Amino acid sequence: MRRADGKTVKTIKIDVAKCNGCRACEVICAAFHAKPQYSSTNPARSRIRVIRDQVADLYLPVYAGEYTAAECAGRDKYVIDGREYEECAFCRASCPSRDVFKEPDSDLPLKCDMCESDPTLAEPLCVKWCLADALVFEEREVEVDKAAAIDDVDLGLRALAHVHGWQKVKDALSRLGGAGNEG
Amino acid sequence: MRYAETGFNLEIDLTRGNIERVPTDPRDTAHYLGGLGTNARLMWDRVPPEVEPFSPENLLVFGTGLLAGTPAPGSNRTIVSSISPQTRLFAFSMMGGFWGPELKHAGYDKVVLRGKSPRLVYLWIHDDKVELREAEHFRGLGTLETAELIRQELGQPLAQVASIGLAGENRVFFASIEQGRSSASRQGLGAIMGDKNLKAIAVRGTKDLYIARPAEFMAHCNAALAYIEHREKNPITNVMPIMAGLGSPQEMRVHDEQWHTENFVWGNARHRRKGFWTKDIAAKWTDTMEQMRTRLLSCHNCPLKCGAAISVDTRICSYMMKCFSKLTYTMGAMSDLEFGLKIAQKATEHGVDAFSAPQTMAFAIELHEAGILTDADMAGWPPDPEGRFYWLLDHIVRREGIGDVLADGTHWAAERIGKGAMAYAHNNIKKHEQLPLKLGMLNPIYFLMYSTGEKINITQIEGNFPQQPFETRAEREAFVKDWEHVPDERFKQWFVEWEQRGEKSIPNYPPVDATCEIVHWQEMLHYIDDSVGLCAGLSSFPYKPPYHLHNLPSIISSGAGLDLDEAGLAHVIRRIRTLVRATNIRRGMRRKDDKPPEDHWKKRFPELEAKLLDRYYAFKGWNADGIPTRATLHELGLDFVAEELTRRGILKDDAAAASAPGASALATTRSAP
Repeated sequence: MRRADGKTVKTIKIDVAKCNGCRACEVICAAFHAKPQYSSTNPARSRIRVIRDQVADLYLPVYAGEYTAAECAGRDKYVIDGREYEECAFCRASCPSRDVFKEPDSDLPLKCDMCESDPTLAEPLCVKWCLADALVFEEREVEVDKAAAIDDVDLGLRALAHVHGWQKVKDALSRLGGAGNEG
Repeated sequence: MRYAETGFNLEIDLTRGNIERVPTDPRDTAHYLGGLGTNARLMWDRVPPEVEPFSPENLLVFGTGLLAGTPAPGSNRTIVSSISPQTRLFAFSMMGGFWGPELKHAGYDKVVLRGKSPRLVYLWIHDDKVELREAEHFRGLGTLETAELIRQELGQPLAQVASIGLAGENRVFFASIEQGRSSASRQGLGAIMGDKNLKAIAVRGTKDLYIARPAEFMAHCNAALAYIEHREKNPITNVMPIMAGLGSPQEMRVHDEQWHTENFVWGNARHRRKGFWTKDIAAKWTDTMEQMRTRLLSCHNCPLKCGAAISVDTRICSYMMKCFSKLTYTMGAMSDLEFGLKIAQKATEHGVDAFSAPQTMAFAIELHEAGILTDADMAGWPPDPEGRFYWLLDHIVRREGIGDVLADGTHWAAERIGKGAMAYAHNNIKKHEQLPLKLGMLNPIYFLMYSTGEKINITQIEGNFPQQPFETRAEREAFVKDWEHVPDERFKQWFVEWEQRGEKSIPNYPPVDATCEIVHWQEMLHYIDDSVGLCAGLSSFPYKPPYHLHNLPSIISSGAGLDLDEAGLAHVIRRIRTLVRATNIRRGMRRKDDKPPEDHWKKRFPELEAKLLDRYYAFKGWNADGIPTRATLHELGLDFVAEELTRRGILKDDAAAASAPGASALATTRSAP
């Protein structure tokens, strides 16, 4: 029988209809990530951005995702129920095509870390500070197939072999294994 | 290192187009905090009483509150100060929204404007880059329309814009400064901006704002949030629905308007309509609100939803409405809610105050009915009251025909019209239109607040002490149980003892001395808010708010790096209050001006009223004419004020006043700055 293992998936459910556009999420995010913690605030450094357009009654909290060195070949523009969202509005990437999710002084990319800290917080602070409940934190366990995980190892080794050749990979494995390096 | 504030002001000379970034003195922060406090000091130092409102020497100051932009929930206020064209006194109108925090992040605490630009311009502040730009192509455009076009022109969707409309450009005495999510409406500051030929100030900031003692400060912020959540779930009983929760009254989400529509007066603050609020009206108005309200809105970093986006037509920009402006046009025109919300869209784009504008229009209609204004004056106006309101609004903001006269507000219009028109400008304090409210028995607390409040606007003076006693003693006892907000236990006793009828009821209860203390407490809270930039809706205005005298000293101190205890904060606030008073005294204001609208209460008590003023002045450390005494000024470190008032012959030998009983009721042993 295959062994299954757990993994925690953290989700923030964003209900745009409930957003009151107050940007408390931006304020507390920037303050939490300040160094030293809470010593300053600056929504321009926030890893969440409320995209707002009063004319179109558009309120959209978006989280910073991965950094990407190259911009997309094309760009998206969504129209939902007659509301036109700005270009790339739903994209989480810190990317060369726009200045969101970058440190204002250095342009270094920003990324949401779900307020990772020790001890772990019960929920990310943007969620805690959103009394409008536009942001709701959900955690769920998902099963990860162990066999599939082993397949991933196969895939990784093949990639290494492709770059370095099988002999080098075998040598490295025996060296590491011989040292009894089991972690 | 400066905390909560940036330590820099922008000084703009519009005549020459000169822009300077000026460091401020940290001692001013310790003595006057920020916002209203430091604005008042600037105005005292730089605007002598000879300066006319529409003079290049008049300043227009946009001053952010000391805590504005910090993580403290609801800290987003900007105090706009100048000399009002209407009252000709010191004006300090407050706006929320997002503009103030953005200015802080751009690196400035205030924008101080002087002179007059030769052409219509707007100011663009983008961190260290500040420039005056051509605005002739925005002339005549609406406030929100202009804001949107400026954002597009600059390619800056995140810029916050405060702008004026036609009313400001044409120096309408009750023109507002609109900012999308809020406005500085009262006392005609939009007219001052228009006189200076400044169409808008756009700002975008990306700098850090520092907190002095983060752990202590954040503990307060989190406690405030938790308390707000608690209060939202536990509204206060025994009061009308809009007073049960926190925030600016929740006009946008509460549909029950029985209290306003039946107790406030309609038309030119004349008609009480008992029994107005029928089931049919309730259903119709609820339907109107549900149809036109697209979303409840908040200001910067605040969980309360006091405002709403109102959409009149999908083809035009929605606008933000909050609080009692929901009903002022409706009641002024004796119409319905749909009309009120529709005309408010136009009025917001033109940029007029939603108290003074409908009052002035209703005043014109009454003057016409009385034959004082003739058909010739009103040539071309439609027959229906709604049509007439639109016609009047249009003529006022363009200053066309009779609109040019009415654009000065009811007092000055009445003076120009003559023929007994002044009797119709009956709802003013210090020449400024008030909430349409006419009552029976004089309330001593409200008498003092109406008479002496230098904001000249009751909704921004009243606050934490209930407006009237609850029906039973048991209810009052229940209310005071968790009333930790009061300065001391006596306040609870006064409220518990306060009866709706009998010996311990208005006008003779609360007793005169207690009334003085209650008024002083409520006023102090507003002066704190206006100086530190917290929203009154979380502090001075509603019952049992998250911010109060006992936690504010630590919140302000840990945020801004000050060292204030309760007595210290009270002392600073008293200094600010006294400086505001002295500024207006220097402009000629005296005891004779400290009075409510003549007909505000049917039952008046001249002897009691005189006693109330006497005792309150003494309590404040002012002489019998309402002038701060030399001793008071000295104690508050305002000797420079005393010297100036003496030089001008306003302050004479006040030894007699200083030794009057109660003159030093508030004296503390603190050293003066």
